[in-house]
Amino acid sequence: MDATEPRVPVVVVDDLHVKYRVFASGKAAGNARSGLLNMTRGIREVHALKGVSFTAYENETIGVIGSNGSGKSTLMRALTGLTPPAAGAVYARSRPNLLGVGAALLPNLSGSRNIVLGGLAMGFTREEVETLKGDIAAFAELGDSIDLPMRTYSSGMQARLKFSIASARSHDILIVDEALAVGDKRFRKRSEARIRELATEAGTIFLVSHSMSSIRDTCDRTIWINQGVLQMDGPTDEVVTAYEGVRR
Amino acid sequence: MSSPPSAQAWDLPRVGARPSFPAYVAEVWRRRDFIVTMARFRMRAGLESNRLGIAWVVLRPILNACIYGLIFGLLQAGNRPPDYPAYVVVGVFLFEFFQGCFNDGSKAISGNRNLVQSLAFPRMTLPLAATVERFLQFLIMLVVLIPILMVFGHFPSWHWLVMIPLVACFTLFNAGIALITARLTVHVADLTQLLPFISRILFYTSGVLFAVDRILANHPAVLRAYDFYPLYQVLEIARHHLIGGSDYPSYYWGVLALSSILVFFGGAVFFWRAEERYGRD
Repeated sequence: MDATEPRVPVVVVDDLHVKYRVFASGKAAGNARSGLLNMTRGIREVHALKGVSFTAYENETIGVIGSNGSGKSTLMRALTGLTPPAAGAVYARSRPNLLGVGAALLPNLSGSRNIVLGGLAMGFTREEVETLKGDIAAFAELGDSIDLPMRTYSSGMQARLKFSIASARSHDILIVDEALAVGDKRFRKRSEARIRELATEAGTIFLVSHSMSSIRDTCDRTIWINQGVLQMDGPTDEVVTAYEGVRR
Repeated sequence: MSSPPSAQAWDLPRVGARPSFPAYVAEVWRRRDFIVTMARFRMRAGLESNRLGIAWVVLRPILNACIYGLIFGLLQAGNRPPDYPAYVVVGVFLFEFFQGCFNDGSKAISGNRNLVQSLAFPRMTLPLAATVERFLQFLIMLVVLIPILMVFGHFPSWHWLVMIPLVACFTLFNAGIALITARLTVHVADLTQLLPFISRILFYTSGVLFAVDRILANHPAVLRAYDFYPLYQVLEIARHHLIGGSDYPSYYWGVLALSSILVFFGGAVFFWRAEERYGRD
């Protein structure tokens, strides 16, 4: 890295804490007696992120690794502002966008209506949505299923459609959450190509993945999250090697 | 909350920070296509899942009016207001609009978790879309109301145009209610269980099924409170002009207009203040 050139910070994460409040007793089912009058019953706090801080600079591609439940996805959702922090804050040049995998947007509506609504919600005008609609549908490769309600889709089909909608627009700061594993082999290839395309347009990219090979291929810097804290932050080679050493 | 040095030096804004109210409203206005499209799509999807489709928009309130009209008509016997069938139909049809906004508003955020958690957009569009959806259904109901009232011997006249300002106020009021219930259920999930009871209490107290001044003649203090009960004002004004029900004092319009504006803007501010909260599990 060239030390003389001033690096432009794009995302600053400052002592970020995220807590989830869950209504669940957390006890064995048989043990839940005399709970009715106890008003604090069942409110349990899960401290998902415990003071994460780092700064991402322009044109960086940052890998994010960690075991399941370590807080990777929570961190990414907090970056987009979709999950509000309990303490600390995220500052960013523009709102980071998440290309994620998840359930249907509006399960009772058809795929094509989800495309229109998703596009409008992202801030496209009606005309822009009309022109983009065909491309998005074609990219998702849903064929005739595009007119069926989204709840009838398989999880792979849902993920494909969501990916196609979210990737229809170029982003300054882009977060890709395991999207490389979306769908079948064929779609994975095409989505990887699309991500690379978006990556050239985007200023900064976060890639969340369990695949160390794709992290090594695409990222120059990697962040390792472990049980809600930042375990390690540095050049991909070092971090991935250390991570694999522990995981083995 | 102070920014760390480099965020300050580079003037980076905080992600997800709630914009100022005017900026927020402008942002919502920019998504007006989203609001209307969402309302239309949801309405169609809801109707396509039934064989009778759009007919249910009208059949449901008609069946309601029949059942309630029959039971309360029998129970009240001599205390029934004159022209009882038309009285009940107008009441039930109008109240259906309020109840729909009240219920759908309460589900607007909590029932769209996936959407809220995957895309960033002003959340106020969701309860507003629910209100628009109910408004479109209400327009269909109003069209069907015309032949029903004709069956009971009330024919369209110029008086019926009063419905235009009345529905405008009523819609504003209901949108405010939807915004309020949308935020409340996000804070207190238990309210989802409680709200149906509240909406039923409002249904039975707002004079949908009985003439308040007859039933409560012995309780003048309670009757006085009815002069400031916007739902009652809506029903009284509509009934007077549509089916020649008893006259109302003209300040009812003032009460209704003022409370509509207050509830709408109060609801909008109330909803906006928790904008950062929506989407958290």
